[in-house]
Amino acid sequence: MKKHLITAFLMTIATTILLGVLYPLVITVLAQVLFKDKANGQIRYRNGEAIGSRIIGQPFASSKYFHSRPSNAGNGYDAANSGGTNLAPTNQKLIDRVQSDAKGLHDENPTQSVPVDLITTSASGLDPDITPAAAEFQIPRVAHERGIQESALRELVQKHTAQRDLGLLGEARVNVLELNLALDEVAPKR
Amino acid sequence: MTLNGWLQILVFLGLIFAVTKPLGVFMTRVFARERTFLDPVLRPIERLLYRITRVDEQHEMRWTEYATTMLVFSAVSMLVLYLIQRIQGVLPFNPQHLAGVMPEHLAFNTAASFTTNTNWQAYSGETTMSYFTQMAGLAFHNFASAATGIVLAITFIRGIARRQMNTLGNFWVDFVRCCLWVLLPFCIVGALLLVSQGVVQNLKPYDTVKLVEPQQVQRVGADGKPVMDAAGKPVMDTVTTQTIAQGPVASQEIIKEWGTNGGGFFNANSAHPFENPTPLTNLVEMFSIFAIGAGLTYTLGRMTGSPRHGWAVWSAMAILFLAGVTIAYWAEAQGNPLYPTTIAQRATNLQPGGNMEGKEVRFGIANSALFATVTTDASCGAINGWHDSFTPLGGMVPLVNIMLSEVIFGGVGSGMYGILIYVVLAVFIAGLMVGRTPEYLGKKIEAYDVKMAMLVSLVFPLIILSLTGISVVKGFGTAGISNPGPHGLSQILYAFTSSAGNNGSAFGGLTVNTPWYDVATGVTTLVGRFFMIIPMLAIAGNLAKKKYVPPSLGTFPVTTPLFTLLLISVILILGALTFFPALSLGPILEHLLMQVGKTF
Repeated sequence: MKKHLITAFLMTIATTILLGVLYPLVITVLAQVLFKDKANGQIRYRNGEAIGSRIIGQPFASSKYFHSRPSNAGNGYDAANSGGTNLAPTNQKLIDRVQSDAKGLHDENPTQSVPVDLITTSASGLDPDITPAAAEFQIPRVAHERGIQESALRELVQKHTAQRDLGLLGEARVNVLELNLALDEVAPKR
Repeated sequence: MTLNGWLQILVFLGLIFAVTKPLGVFMTRVFARERTFLDPVLRPIERLLYRITRVDEQHEMRWTEYATTMLVFSAVSMLVLYLIQRIQGVLPFNPQHLAGVMPEHLAFNTAASFTTNTNWQAYSGETTMSYFTQMAGLAFHNFASAATGIVLAITFIRGIARRQMNTLGNFWVDFVRCCLWVLLPFCIVGALLLVSQGVVQNLKPYDTVKLVEPQQVQRVGADGKPVMDAAGKPVMDTVTTQTIAQGPVASQEIIKEWGTNGGGFFNANSAHPFENPTPLTNLVEMFSIFAIGAGLTYTLGRMTGSPRHGWAVWSAMAILFLAGVTIAYWAEAQGNPLYPTTIAQRATNLQPGGNMEGKEVRFGIANSALFATVTTDASCGAINGWHDSFTPLGGMVPLVNIMLSEVIFGGVGSGMYGILIYVVLAVFIAGLMVGRTPEYLGKKIEAYDVKMAMLVSLVFPLIILSLTGISVVKGFGTAGISNPGPHGLSQILYAFTSSAGNNGSAFGGLTVNTPWYDVATGVTTLVGRFFMIIPMLAIAGNLAKKKYVPPSLGTFPVTTPLFTLLLISVILILGALTFFPALSLGPILEHLLMQVGKTF
């Protein structure tokens, strides 16, 4: 028994050094050399200032921007506190929130029904994407606010729509941060 | 449901089919200590490890010694994890200066949960654990607990394959070879693949960036309620920056899946864009969850000299997998009938539609339902969408998967020895039907073996149902419920099922960082792991001692579709009927009430 205890202790230490320290450090070095931008979170800069990560969502509330999905990470899009609502489909709190959000969106664009991703929170609270349907839904509002043609805006959205990976995997999606940054370039805020 | 969704599911299953044989053959060679192409690199490291830890490579253990060493190692490494968490404040790789994990019951719960391959998380990763704790504490246990599970499955298979022998192998040798040959090489390749797609891997402090558009948020007081000004309006703060959590994620992400551990680096687990940024990484992660479990079915066939038996078991798993994913995908694609009719929930060319609360756009419905099925078929417990927000029937699929003891490809190792218990019961029942002593691959299955198998099958529901029962009648249990009505029962039932099954996924709304849930689920993970293993090893030790009986006309063949069908029936009857009353009061009742428009 004593022998097993000593071996257990030594094995814990030795394999912790190998698998818990050396392995992640070697991967870190390789990742930093081979994929520096990706390994550091794809930080996006504008005028030399860090303004976000390409793959982490941000809150956009004013009507001049395409809106992200509702978020339950911290106070909303808190990238140091990821998470969802965990509300059950039958929870009255969820239904109340959805009804109130849907009303606002319906008033904004009564001609289309509201894409479901615009009134539901994502799992991470940091979803960088909206569906092409959700972008399409917002085009009339943004075009009006920015004073550009809807068709020109639609083209911009299509340019920033990522199709399924390898034409098969996942879903088509629009990166909200990239789209809004492009929007600021094409049609600066009035 | 869409054609593309089904195509993705079938491509995934095709990949699992393709990896089964090569990985199964490889593992057979590793544990038979035969030469592999990795030997020139790994053999010197292996020898060095034995020298440091004073292991005699040639020593063979009986089942009792094997069990003892496994338990001692688990206890020591669990204690080390507890200590690392508590003193992380003074350890290196802590750029956020996170203090030692408090309170004690949380550190205990986490130590128990990671040692048992559960990875139940009552904490939020990015606000609680330092990089050192994540790497040397949690990621190390992702390796250690996975290797422990796999070698136990190998031991059980040896018990079937060996004839008139007292010993089953050497725990230390099996453990080291599993870590070095089966786990580490794939993780190195897989981690780099994930980084190339955008999974982060660094040791830097969290980034702070300036938001493109400042955000107005309600100020929240110390009591958790919004602060009001004199006029009774909520006080608003302007947030101009976003803090982005970083860390050595990819190295942990890949073993989290390859070892079916499931403990996320971040709170949002595989839904977080830094853990699972693209549909391609999502596929890699799901593939990693199933690969070893599938490979072990071939290892079973090969080590026992009956490859067709391995495929018969594989088929049973594949059928149960498809049944689960079909129900989950269908249920989630329906959307939420309680939403207003102005909301578009149908799949079109521009959106996947469906029940999107708690799901990510890049994964949509098909990949969220598939991931939920995969992670609970195996004992992984990683999530890419919140099961708590699934529709009642969609959320019941993960719950039932865990209730069936996670034998559908299963946790690494634990899925294999789990299904072997069902196989023993299946051949026993077949033997009863024809009135002769059942045989399994040339071994007579006798009273002792069946008693032990029944012990395994009974401890599991006993602990789940009794602790769920206590929690729903006591204030300290019901206080955690966040979704009232039948869903509240589902939340508690899921918590104990997940911890007993060593899964670690959750109906995450339940508040579990309380003394009751931390201790109760922590102890449940330990019982769910070790009380299963010991009777299982006892069967293995007993089988190894037996003489080989050549098959005769009366032997029930275990290579046919009939056997596959019988195995599926035993799994469903034993597993599901035990839990049907609880399920009917939880998800089934919630589904019926939702259809008539009831909310809670």
